[in-house]
Amino acid sequence: MTSTTYAHAPGFVAGDRPQIVTSRFEYDDSYTLERALATDGYAGLRAALGRSATDVHDEVKTATVLGRGGAGFPAGTKWGLTPQAVWPRYLVVNGDESEPGTYKDRLLMERDPHQLIEGCLIACYAAGLSQCFLYIRGEMALAQERVAAALNEAYAAGYVGSNILGSEFSVDIVLHWGAGAYVVGEETALIESLEGNRGMPRLKPPFFPAAIGLYGKPTIVNNVETLANLPWLMRNGAAAYTAIGSATSPGTRMVAVSGHVKRPGVYEIINGTTTFRDLLYSDEFCGGIRDDNELKAFVPGGGSAPWFLPDQLDIPFEGRVIGAAGSMAGSGAVMVMDHTTDIPMAALTLTRFYAHESCGKCTPCREGGTWLMRILDRVVAGQGTQRDLDQLLEVGATICPGDFPHASSERLGIAAVPFPYKMTTICFVGPSAYTPVHSALTLFRDEFEAKLVRRTFIPVTGIPVTAVAQ
Amino acid sequence: MTTTESNDVSSDDSPAVIPDPNAVSVIINGKQFIARQGDLIIKAAEDAGVYIPRFCYHERMSPVGMCRMCLVEVDTGRGPALMPSCMFPVAPGMVVDTESPVSKAAQEGVIELLLANHPLDCPVCDKGGECPLQDQSFSHGPGESRYVEEKRHYEKPIPISELVFLDRERCILCDRCTRFADEVAGDALIHFTSRGNTTQVITFPDEPFSSYFSGNTVQICPVGALTAKPYRFKARPWDLEEAESTCTSCAVGCRIAVQSSRDELLRYQGVDSDPVNWGWLCDKGRFGFEGIKHDDRLTTPLVRTAQGHEATSWNAASAAAVQLITDAIAAGGASSVAVLGGARGNNEDAFAWARLAHDVIGTPNVSAQFADGLPVGVLGMPRATIDETAAAPTVILLAPDLKEELPVLYLRLRDAAVKHRSRVIEFAPKASGLTRYAWRTVFYEPGTQAEAVRAALATTDIAAQVAMGDVVIVVGRANLAESSAPTVAALHALVAALPNARVLPALRRGNVMGAISVGMRPGKGGLDSRGILNAAADGKIECLILVGADPLADVPDGDLARRAMAGARRIIAVDTFINASSALADVVFPAAAYAEKSGTTTNIEGRVTTLAQKVTVTGTSRPDWMVAGDLALRLGTDLGFRSVDDITASIAATVDGFEDVTPLALAHAPNGVLTSVVVMEPVVTPSIVLAERNSYDFRLVVSRKLYDQAIGTSTSPSLSPLAPGGAVFVHSLDVARVGSAIGASVKVSTPKATIVLPLAADDSVQRGTAWIPFNQSGANPGDLIDAAAIVTDVRIESI
Ligand SMILES: Cc1cc2nc3c(=O)[nH]c(=O)nc-3n(C[C@H](O)[C@H](O)[C@H](O)COP(=O)(O)O)c2cc1C
Ligand code: SF4
Ligand code: SF4
Ligand code: SF4
Ligand code: FES
Repeated sequence: MTSTTYAHAPGFVAGDRPQIVTSRFEYDDSYTLERALATDGYAGLRAALGRSATDVHDEVKTATVLGRGGAGFPAGTKWGLTPQAVWPRYLVVNGDESEPGTYKDRLLMERDPHQLIEGCLIACYAAGLSQCFLYIRGEMALAQERVAAALNEAYAAGYVGSNILGSEFSVDIVLHWGAGAYVVGEETALIESLEGNRGMPRLKPPFFPAAIGLYGKPTIVNNVETLANLPWLMRNGAAAYTAIGSATSPGTRMVAVSGHVKRPGVYEIINGTTTFRDLLYSDEFCGGIRDDNELKAFVPGGGSAPWFLPDQLDIPFEGRVIGAAGSMAGSGAVMVMDHTTDIPMAALTLTRFYAHESCGKCTPCREGGTWLMRILDRVVAGQGTQRDLDQLLEVGATICPGDFPHASSERLGIAAVPFPYKMTTICFVGPSAYTPVHSALTLFRDEFEAKLVRRTFIPVTGIPVTAVAQ
Repeated sequence: MTTTESNDVSSDDSPAVIPDPNAVSVIINGKQFIARQGDLIIKAAEDAGVYIPRFCYHERMSPVGMCRMCLVEVDTGRGPALMPSCMFPVAPGMVVDTESPVSKAAQEGVIELLLANHPLDCPVCDKGGECPLQDQSFSHGPGESRYVEEKRHYEKPIPISELVFLDRERCILCDRCTRFADEVAGDALIHFTSRGNTTQVITFPDEPFSSYFSGNTVQICPVGALTAKPYRFKARPWDLEEAESTCTSCAVGCRIAVQSSRDELLRYQGVDSDPVNWGWLCDKGRFGFEGIKHDDRLTTPLVRTAQGHEATSWNAASAAAVQLITDAIAAGGASSVAVLGGARGNNEDAFAWARLAHDVIGTPNVSAQFADGLPVGVLGMPRATIDETAAAPTVILLAPDLKEELPVLYLRLRDAAVKHRSRVIEFAPKASGLTRYAWRTVFYEPGTQAEAVRAALATTDIAAQVAMGDVVIVVGRANLAESSAPTVAALHALVAALPNARVLPALRRGNVMGAISVGMRPGKGGLDSRGILNAAADGKIECLILVGADPLADVPDGDLARRAMAGARRIIAVDTFINASSALADVVFPAAAYAEKSGTTTNIEGRVTTLAQKVTVTGTSRPDWMVAGDLALRLGTDLGFRSVDDITASIAATVDGFEDVTPLALAHAPNGVLTSVVVMEPVVTPSIVLAERNSYDFRLVVSRKLYDQAIGTSTSPSLSPLAPGGAVFVHSLDVARVGSAIGASVKVSTPKATIVLPLAADDSVQRGTAWIPFNQSGANPGDLIDAAAIVTDVRIESI
């Protein structure tokens, strides 16, 4: 088996596996219309337009294209949730990719914008959507440039706009750049941002985008990679799609690996069957831990996911299995920590991100996230006490009351607590600030204790509110 | 009738009890309750007597689920889950536990988190003692904090407007103020900025939160983050006494709580009256109390001597006034006495004065308006309430800018428009606060509104819209530089086309409706306000009595007012201050002001509500009705009024339409009692012949801003700086025609007068017209207005 990297597609590692979304990455002009047309570009759209919309929708349902944005909800099912006969209805493409560790959508937008545009058109056709908004993260200048250029080409060639390819089907695609907030990746915050408001999540219910979305109209929000799957699916059919991967997670999946491996990068892996051990150790993928160090822990699904230990290496990329083992498949970002990693510091780094990115709406996220970060700060600086460690878990419980998911550990003799958690916040940013703290403290408490201040006699007791208020 | 129908049905075959289709059975804390479909859990629980703590939830605004204080465990059949009860409506069979260990832990957690960075400067915080954060910390908090980090710091209060200060350390980011500004007021001038732990409420750079409704944010802020200048550090809540009353700064009649301490007025708070103000107040109403305790208030009666006004006793002043009145009757007959005013007092004051004028003195020359109102017959047309207006599919505005003149009516109609209950069709000479929300705005050149109305009704879309159901016409004077005739003609055109339409009068002065209704209107053959002023100017008025009237400031035609004041042989004034007009009076009686007297008032809908006395009168001043009673007695008639309640009862017994407004009924009706409409003398359709406008001229529009030089505003230190000042405004494309730079002084002239004002551009002004705000600093546009003319054309020239 071979693995190749391309200078023009930095971060991407190709292999001999089926390529559903990365087939054009080998060309250094993969982002042009010329290359797209030379390599089956828009053939999927042509195939779709030759069939009825219901037919295309059914094909996507049969193929079980799971959402790649984080929640893993099947796209075909989602499209069926919009109320009929309410116009206009929108497709919103979530290209705000900012989950720590995740950088696959960026490659898909930079390297193959036409595939994404084609996917958008197929989705609009199948789900009966009248306009598409493509929201690209503010920091991704090259992706913005490439998608914009591709869209111009596609408009000029008649693939987008009125009477596409001479059919009755018309759709416009509008580009929109973000302004740099992680939480805007959350679909309802993204809709707020598109409407020109401050990007703060809406409450679900009543604001389920499929029912009340952009401008109050039915809206489908899909991830970039989800849509990028559609052209291949239209060309090759659901049977070919489901022939790859597992029954519940068919197809391939883009996985971004970062951290202490020999060859970090984005891999298109077989969904549902590839295990973390395959990914981290096989020569086809990451080729093992750097310097042949020992693996200490890894984050399986983006910064929001509870951590895994080497105990979990044989788990496949299958949402259900990962969930039962105490984490989530999430955005397909694996972050690897070898034995040299300072675990409390790693937790602090992630928690600091989520505390900073809180939109400020929910009290537990806004206040609790920063509180966690400040305690951790103190602990990492060698100023913490035992009380602080318990305090971390207590503050976390105000964000996520009840049992919190974590991995099993033979070393510690603990069993897994399955996903999901309960939460007092609107979206997952609040819990995400706690997740790394909880994982690190549950699985590596000794490392925290090693950093505690040596004077254990200083009592840190609560200050009675009543005394202050009176 | 619906009642008969449903009786028929139940007597036929249906069971006697028809189950309410809107009833939802839920279990709250182990007990079963029937809630209404669509009710949020937090509301249903409250109705069931279970209080769920909250900060961001406010019944009059859409829920945001921001603070997470209202989390409770709810079981909808899939096991208990924590849910924000302000976001979820009740569902059949729902089991809510607000006191489960999980619910309690969540609530305690949120309180602890809210207090983590809270400065807890309660001892110096205005909110301390009435603070939902304090209260709910005690009732639902953990009792102690585990937070040992340093707290968040911000510069202590920063002004976000002339009136409001923001303390970001105290703010708990509940989104109430920002939501109010955006959703209710439509002035989204404050918003959140930054993110995470440094999220804060702030204005846009260099754009203060200058909303007419800013005071409401101070009232609904659940902590002491927002404070208002007039009340900062003035009192502790537990020292305040309070009485419920009605604002009379304008005729919307918002319910308020008047609060005082040690006999000093300190604060007004909005009271939620469902049919009227929904808890909101405008800032003019809210902060106008400052003027009441102003040092310049009159404290004793004054009589004019050779040396000017001299303080005297009530006895001497009353004797002098009676002498003036008897002399006048002797010299020119009873009708040479004229009474102007009454709209600034309460129903009882107006009734006593009406009795004195009509029955004791015997003059028909009585008016509560100042040549700036509508023929009283409009009050006799089928009337709509505010609620009915805000629910009508079509609302036609033939009115002044409601945001400037009847602010909370503006809020109610804005709400109706943005929530798509009503479509507003606006006829206006100039864009108004509601233009943004109107379905159609038809701009007309002053004087031509009747044609504009006829043309609009002939268009298919407007014709289809008005056929959709109820139509309410809000009618008032949009332009003081034209007579009421064109407006009345337009109203007639509307009523002719829409015979079922009802009318909501948009008259501004606090109790103008009440004063007119109880008798402060011309008697048989009597003169209206313009007639009285003309007669006075012609030397035919021997004695002019001003009851809370200042013609020199109130009457649009400034020249007429001056001539009338000069021509009236004797003048008696009942007033709270010495103003331009009372300064000319021979006898001045000091009047008790708002909150210094009780009684009732009538709003634009004809709703009568109570007014409370909260503080003792200033000096020796008395309520107007007492002055009238005393004068009547001295003139030989005992009106029989020994108390305000006597008069209220007497009004109910004798005034048509007020039958139901008894003291007893009022005592049991917090939202007041609606009077019924009494048909008055019909309004004659005026015939309007307009001279063609000379193309060099601008047709003049003069209208009021919320803040002007009126006594109530100018004596309130917080409000008086908010008056924008005088200028002549033209459309930006008309500036070149004037030939002067913006800001430069220009001459504005009619054949009658020339005034000098700075030139300003404003695209809410229509091309070919010029707009001058009334009663501002600088030259008086009233000098240009001729009450006898239908419209006013002016020439604007550079100097
Ligand atoms: C805090 C937060 C951040 C998210 N960020 C992203 C993101 O950057 N990109 C993305 O596609 N989905 C993101 N999501 C998931 C979206 O809300 C949404 O589920 C997804 O875009 C749906 O597309 P899919 O069904 O195709 O996966 C995020 C969700 C949360 C709660
Ligand atoms: S959880 Fe955090 S980021 Fe999400 S809505 Fe609440 S405050 Fe905003
Ligand atoms: S200032 Fe007051 S009302 Fe506004 S968000 Fe802060 S706490 Fe809420
Ligand atoms: S709208 Fe009128 S009645 Fe209401 S608070 Fe303002 S001035 Fe007072
Ligand atoms: S009151 Fe429900 S979240 Fe604030």
